[in-house]
Amino acid sequence: MEKQTVKINVNGVDYEVEAGQNVLEACRKVGVEIPHFCYHENLSVVGNCRMCLVMTGMPARDRATGQVLQKADGTFEIAWAPKPAIACGTRVAENMHVITDSDEVRRCRESVLEFILLNHPLDCPICDKAGECRLQEYSHAFGSGKSRYVESKNVKPKKVNVANKIMLDAERCIQCSRCIRISREIGGKDIFGFTKRGSKTEISVYEGADNESNYLLNVVDCCPVGALTEKEFRFEMRTWFLKVTDSICAESSAGVNTRVWSREGKIYRITPRKNPFVNDAWMSDSGRYVYDRFEKGNRLESARIDSSPSDKGYAAQRCVEILKLGKVAIVANGWQTVEEQFLIGELAKACDAKVYMASHVDEDDGKLVSADRTPNLRGALVTGLISEYPKPDLKELAEKVRSGEVKTVLCFREDLIDLGFEPKDFKSANIIYCGALENDTSRDAKVCVPLRSEFEKEGMWINRQFRVQKFDRAVEAPKNSYCDCEFLVAVLREVSGASFETPSIKRVRKVMCEKIPALRGCENVGKLGVLIDGSAFAHIAFPETDAMHFKKDSREA
Amino acid sequence: MAIIVERRRLTWMERTYLPQIVSGLWITLKNLFKPKVTLEYPEQAPILPPGYRGAPTLVMDSAGREKCVSCQLCEFVCPPKAIKIVPGEISGNSEYAYIEKAPKEFEINMLRCIFCGYCEEACPEKAIVLQQEFSLNGRTRAEMIRNKKQLYEAGGVLPDKIKKWKKVKDTADLEGGSH
Ligand code: SF4
Ligand code: SF4
Repeated sequence: MEKQTVKINVNGVDYEVEAGQNVLEACRKVGVEIPHFCYHENLSVVGNCRMCLVMTGMPARDRATGQVLQKADGTFEIAWAPKPAIACGTRVAENMHVITDSDEVRRCRESVLEFILLNHPLDCPICDKAGECRLQEYSHAFGSGKSRYVESKNVKPKKVNVANKIMLDAERCIQCSRCIRISREIGGKDIFGFTKRGSKTEISVYEGADNESNYLLNVVDCCPVGALTEKEFRFEMRTWFLKVTDSICAESSAGVNTRVWSREGKIYRITPRKNPFVNDAWMSDSGRYVYDRFEKGNRLESARIDSSPSDKGYAAQRCVEILKLGKVAIVANGWQTVEEQFLIGELAKACDAKVYMASHVDEDDGKLVSADRTPNLRGALVTGLISEYPKPDLKELAEKVRSGEVKTVLCFREDLIDLGFEPKDFKSANIIYCGALENDTSRDAKVCVPLRSEFEKEGMWINRQFRVQKFDRAVEAPKNSYCDCEFLVAVLREVSGASFETPSIKRVRKVMCEKIPALRGCENVGKLGVLIDGSAFAHIAFPETDAMHFKKDSREA
Repeated sequence: MAIIVERRRLTWMERTYLPQIVSGLWITLKNLFKPKVTLEYPEQAPILPPGYRGAPTLVMDSAGREKCVSCQLCEFVCPPKAIKIVPGEISGNSEYAYIEKAPKEFEINMLRCIFCGYCEEACPEKAIVLQQEFSLNGRTRAEMIRNKKQLYEAGGVLPDKIKKWKKVKDTADLEGGSH
């Protein structure tokens, strides 16, 4: 069906916009921002904050005939509505006129803010939301700057612990009801509700409510003020110090778009980033803490050869020597970027090795935590490392090591002991471990090469929809670690003789996109990612179930 | 574009330099008989005017409460990045628990501080104040970094005119307090 459009006029300028949307969205799309607290594009419209008041008008009609009155020059006589209307709750209509910048609209905004601020505690210095608070921003832009209120402010519950994840401060709440709608419409369960009436209305948590939802923290991101703040992030750092990096969640193959907030190399929090094709504006609570696994002091600090520390360059050299001995198997994984997987494919060809992988499958929540707990298993399929869905263990490879068919195992990140190897197998083969973390494999491996975590490198992952998405480097890597791509290129160059002239990831990506037909045009996938054709893998029984923006069969809802 | 400045040729008198030397000596001579304006520092201490910007310190209110709420605005505004704060929560059994936030650690690197007073200007709690101390020294770099304890020792008590936190507490104590 063709998209229907209507003509509207915003502040005297004519625009052609999609029909059926509300005035707020239509204005936003043509570049006119209308301030709002309660409206959220992914939630139902309630219109209770009144911040988005604008003047609207329609062409006047003749009372007798119902005819639209048109002037001689083709313009309309506009019958302005006698009072302002809320932009979020008003649909655009043909020839509608909207005014968002008149004195009257400005007065509306100022008065609404005065109302909202009446009982607001104004405790910005101790509020975690400061710096990203809509009330602050709008007060600054549209507020009057002074208060006429001399009575004492209402006292409401503060420091209320919600499900051990959130701190609720009811005094700061502006009654926008976003949290109520999120938990109802996204979480599927009512958790918050308003109690009392009038100026004493307060946001409360249902007593005895089951707050086990894994999507609770979305209310913190969407609360326009500091009424709901994250406990883990409470008083950790003010938001204006944090550097924001666009990233992708490593929790599962859902490929949730995220923002990583860091300062001086420390990650403070992860929040969702809007992508209307993947996660809308949401993410799971568990995904917000995936960086923890790299911060617990179990990093592989330096390269090791035969358990003694060494320079990373020597370790790479030693890898090359061992790989040249032949009978090689490579253990790849679904946390590696597509670029790394591509290089592993090349390396496997160069040393005539077979690539093994293990699956990491857990429960699918039907939303944004999918069954496959690795972010890039599809990448291994697209780059041709594997052709079937991997088994949950590496027993097959372990057998081959025992029978002497495989003499060298180049293992990335995975813990072989967990996946079917026994400690004695480490004697019968040369095990090389490359990864960011220590594990049982790294402790016994012949050579260990420290690599980077997904927050310390950039690259692309392919999610369950076969959408190629890219993430950036958020924090500096430890100085002794190798960039994964650099290491692979260095080894590949030695093993195969010919290879890329510079080990830059951009160069690798370019070569990869030229060589792999499915990835053509994916050199620059932009913020929203690029959907590629995954029909070649339709025969594979993937473990993911239908979920947000994902249908098992058609791949995208 | 280059600008060429025409230089005037000196007159004969000027080229002898004598008028200049004599007028310079005359100024020196006049000052010999004027009252002294210099001080015998460090034996004599200078009298500092009000509003003098000495070393930044942290101050307490008249009840001995630390005023800083670790909002980190001073850290943000400080041009040479001399301030480093680790924010923290006031423990639940403190009588000031309702203020919620206080610094866990607060450091000012006095080697970096340029005594600009921006921190004092930014502070919403009037907790950081540039006071009269101007002569700071130490034998190591580490000694020149003042921690929270040293900053409070240097700051002392500075009574508040506006008791905003007391007002918050009084309203809350009035059991729901309004209307
Ligand atoms: S006086 Fe200026 S330089 Fe010194 S700590 Fe304050 S803001 Fe920083
Ligand atoms: S001294 Fe003032 S500006 Fe600095 S953190 Fe404390 S309250 Fe904030």
